[in-house]
Amino acid sequence: MGTATAPPRRRTALGLLAVLVAWVVGWRLLEDRDTLVIGGAEQTGLSRWLTGLRDDIEAARDGSFVLDTLVGGARDVLDAVFTFLAELVSSPAGSRPVPEVGWLGVLVLFTWVAYAVAGWRPALLVAVCTSSFGVLGLWQDSMDLLVVTAMAVGICLLVGIPLGIAMARRRAVSVAVTPVLDAMQTMPAFAYLTPLALFWGIGPAAAVVTTLVYALPPLVRITELALRTVPAPAVEAAHSLGVSRRQLLRQVQLPLARSTIVVGINQCTMAALSMATIATLINGPGLGGPVEKALESLDVGAAFVAGLAIVLMAIVLDRTTTAAGDRTVVRARETPAAVRRRRVVLAAGLVGVVVAVQVSRTYLWAAEFPERLDAGRWLADHVSRATASTVGRIDVATGAVKDAVTYGLLNPLQSLLADSPWWLMAAVLLAVGFLLGGLRAALPTAFCLLVILGTGLWHEAMVTLNLTLVAAVLVMAAAVVLGVAMGRGRKTDLVLRPLLDAFQTIPPFVYLVPAVALFGATRLTAILAAVLYAVPVATKLVADGVRRVSPTTVEAATSVGSSRWQVITQVQLPMAREGLVLAANQGLLYVLSMVVIGGLVGGGGLGFLVVAGFSQPELFGKGLAAAIAIVALGIMLDRVTRRAAARYGRQ
Amino acid sequence: MTAALTVGSLWKVFGPRADKIMGTPQADLSRAELKQTTGCVAAVRDVSFEVAPGEVFVVMGLSGSGKSTLVRCLTRLVEPTAGTVEIDGVDVTNASPAQLRDLRRHRVSMVFQHFGLLPHRPVIDNVAYGLEVRGMGKAERRAKAGEIVDLVGLTGYELSYPDQLSGGMQQRVGLARALAGDPRILLLDEPFSALDPLIRRDMQDEVIRLHRELGKTMLFVTHDLQEALRLGDRIAIMRDGEVVQVGAPDEVVGAPADDYVRDFVAEVPRSHVLTLRWVMRAPRATDSTEGPVMGSDTIVRRAAQAALASRHPVQVVDDGVLVGIVDTDAILRVVVAEEDPP
Repeated sequence: MGTATAPPRRRTALGLLAVLVAWVVGWRLLEDRDTLVIGGAEQTGLSRWLTGLRDDIEAARDGSFVLDTLVGGARDVLDAVFTFLAELVSSPAGSRPVPEVGWLGVLVLFTWVAYAVAGWRPALLVAVCTSSFGVLGLWQDSMDLLVVTAMAVGICLLVGIPLGIAMARRRAVSVAVTPVLDAMQTMPAFAYLTPLALFWGIGPAAAVVTTLVYALPPLVRITELALRTVPAPAVEAAHSLGVSRRQLLRQVQLPLARSTIVVGINQCTMAALSMATIATLINGPGLGGPVEKALESLDVGAAFVAGLAIVLMAIVLDRTTTAAGDRTVVRARETPAAVRRRRVVLAAGLVGVVVAVQVSRTYLWAAEFPERLDAGRWLADHVSRATASTVGRIDVATGAVKDAVTYGLLNPLQSLLADSPWWLMAAVLLAVGFLLGGLRAALPTAFCLLVILGTGLWHEAMVTLNLTLVAAVLVMAAAVVLGVAMGRGRKTDLVLRPLLDAFQTIPPFVYLVPAVALFGATRLTAILAAVLYAVPVATKLVADGVRRVSPTTVEAATSVGSSRWQVITQVQLPMAREGLVLAANQGLLYVLSMVVIGGLVGGGGLGFLVVAGFSQPELFGKGLAAAIAIVALGIMLDRVTRRAAARYGRQ
Repeated sequence: MTAALTVGSLWKVFGPRADKIMGTPQADLSRAELKQTTGCVAAVRDVSFEVAPGEVFVVMGLSGSGKSTLVRCLTRLVEPTAGTVEIDGVDVTNASPAQLRDLRRHRVSMVFQHFGLLPHRPVIDNVAYGLEVRGMGKAERRAKAGEIVDLVGLTGYELSYPDQLSGGMQQRVGLARALAGDPRILLLDEPFSALDPLIRRDMQDEVIRLHRELGKTMLFVTHDLQEALRLGDRIAIMRDGEVVQVGAPDEVVGAPADDYVRDFVAEVPRSHVLTLRWVMRAPRATDSTEGPVMGSDTIVRRAAQAALASRHPVQVVDDGVLVGIVDTDAILRVVVAEEDPP
């Protein structure tokens, strides 16, 4: 194909146009026929079977080796550890009306740990944010969330780092594990909940397992990468000195990979936090609960307060792990005097920790966060009122946006997607997949469509696909504008990048809060949240693509008298094609994972079925079927965009 | 005296099923033909040589000639496809992993073009790393490393980190690390290619000095002919994986084995390399016996002044026997007409 790139691309465009025409004509003629709509409580063959499977598993739990001894045993251990930690820091312990260690002890302990691993700046941040959990009136939920996250991350470290090391050292392990990680990372967070609940049930242990499964892939991947990218000369020199495999790993590879591995731990922690909040749907303890409750009752104020606590926790965890990573380099070079000084400070701090813990075990004011300082309700009321008046004042604008998106994009596309006969839709999607990505995209597409058809949730899947596509279009529009601005302007980049980085650390659940404030429980809420969630990653990819365009080429274009607009449209965007397709790929996956979460607040589609599956036991199977359909959608979108990137992304 | 290093018919072929090629007619194909027919690349082809104890043996060739692969095959950092390597009487090619580790730890050290230092360790611990790998205790290895740091002129930089040093100083650390284990043989793979020309000269002097002080056997890989002529007792010139000529610097310059080597050495100032042996003629009965007396290994440039000052031709005497006569015009021909091939 390399010989003539322009003709195939034009052929693709013509092909797509032909498909579109055929689709619209077919839809006009056959509207509302064979759309496979099913009612909310209506069951399908698969969903009934899956519900039955759940019941069978429940029934078979006693006496089955795998379910009872292995899964059940692990569950008991996890639950016991959770209860132990929760009674230590968050909930009443045994006969005590308060936890073993009160807020003051926890606060001082966390600050000390942050100082020990990351330095005094992060320690200060930890102190402020930890006390703010109390001020927001969410001490117990915050501690619960931390416990779940910490347990998941702890297990991830025990499993993920050795696995990553094994993958870096043995190609066979890498070849076997990598496709599994790929599949796991394509799966939207929401889709993990139901299948895991099938075996692990619901509750703290299930929340920990779900969280750790979701958070494991980035850690494993980055650990493998870290070891593989250790400079080859250092490894070769070590070999020339006759190192054993063990010496090479401990004395050369691990020290040189350490700061990258810490980046992996950071990613793992952030993924864990975001999943742990969503795990509230399977009765996971923590801050997800108050957010969910507030969102369902459209209590913007309460949702804001709980969301704020989550954001603060995200910032704290991100900053602390990042600073810890940066310090691994500095720490190794401390002079003996500095090491001694630090040890003295740490020892003194430890005494303070012991005293604070003891005080918090003795006095009630140090055990339970003082109610006088609890500003959560006050803040929630004010936010609710302020939101109400602001939204009331700008509802002309929001109404206009809502109408424009609803009538201009959402409804027509929904009509096309969901009201066409399923076989026409399937043919259209297959054709698009083939045109964009060739046979290697068409085959997975066909497989995924079959799976979706098999779940019996075709119509719901099309509704979700509609929301995903609309949101993705908006994401790409925003990403191109912002990304080009960042790629062209050093200053814009300096201002925007930290902002985008900060946005990326926020767990997706929280994005629902501002969206609900603006649009209530509508489809638009899911779309807005999805756009907010996906724009940072897509923008960065576009910006990096534009940045990578050779400056010489841009200079050459400018020197022949191109206008700024011409440089952007004729040089920078075409040459940044790879970045654009990559942005579309990531944008779609991020959007999909958020759109289904939007099922909680009126997004409808597959996400709603997942939620309903947990609230109504008889619909569990349908929720699981929906989760399967979500995964199928995700794989389809990923395969097609990835193949398209491979085909058209290269210059 | 037995050789410090013996290499016999060494091959390294990269590519799929490379070992199947050995011993077949395909092995005789040229590099390009082999690549075309099998997809394999012969980096090292049938190389044999011996290095005597205490000798500085230079392997010289352009990039892609296989010299770096060759030096890696010697301690099996790259596994050779066929042939034998013997170091200090140890058969390297058939050594078990444990024997090989022992060899690398105690007998052979290597210095690399890109240094290969450990960035998270200060100079002293980089130098001591080879000793640490052997299992030497901390105090002992640091004391030993301290001596070597002084030897290579890094005194005062023991606690600096590699990224705080200049390239030349980093390579001194690399040298020190290789010397710390007191190996019999030092392999240097283009150690100074990444350095500035002036620093490169300093480092060459350093190697000459260390060689004089420590008397280690050295195998020195370079693409720089000047460097090769300056350092080498003998030079092996490689091209497309094969050794085209082995000889002392004056042999390589005075009697190039083929056009490739001739092109290569064409730019060399011949008076700096050639010895009187290359310009002398057989003595005749009519020759004057009053001219200056010199050995046949005297370099022409060194002999020029005395030869030109005397009105009589130079008498070349080895071990008290007159072996030849050098006329003034023979010297002038070399000194003045540097660029003319003989």
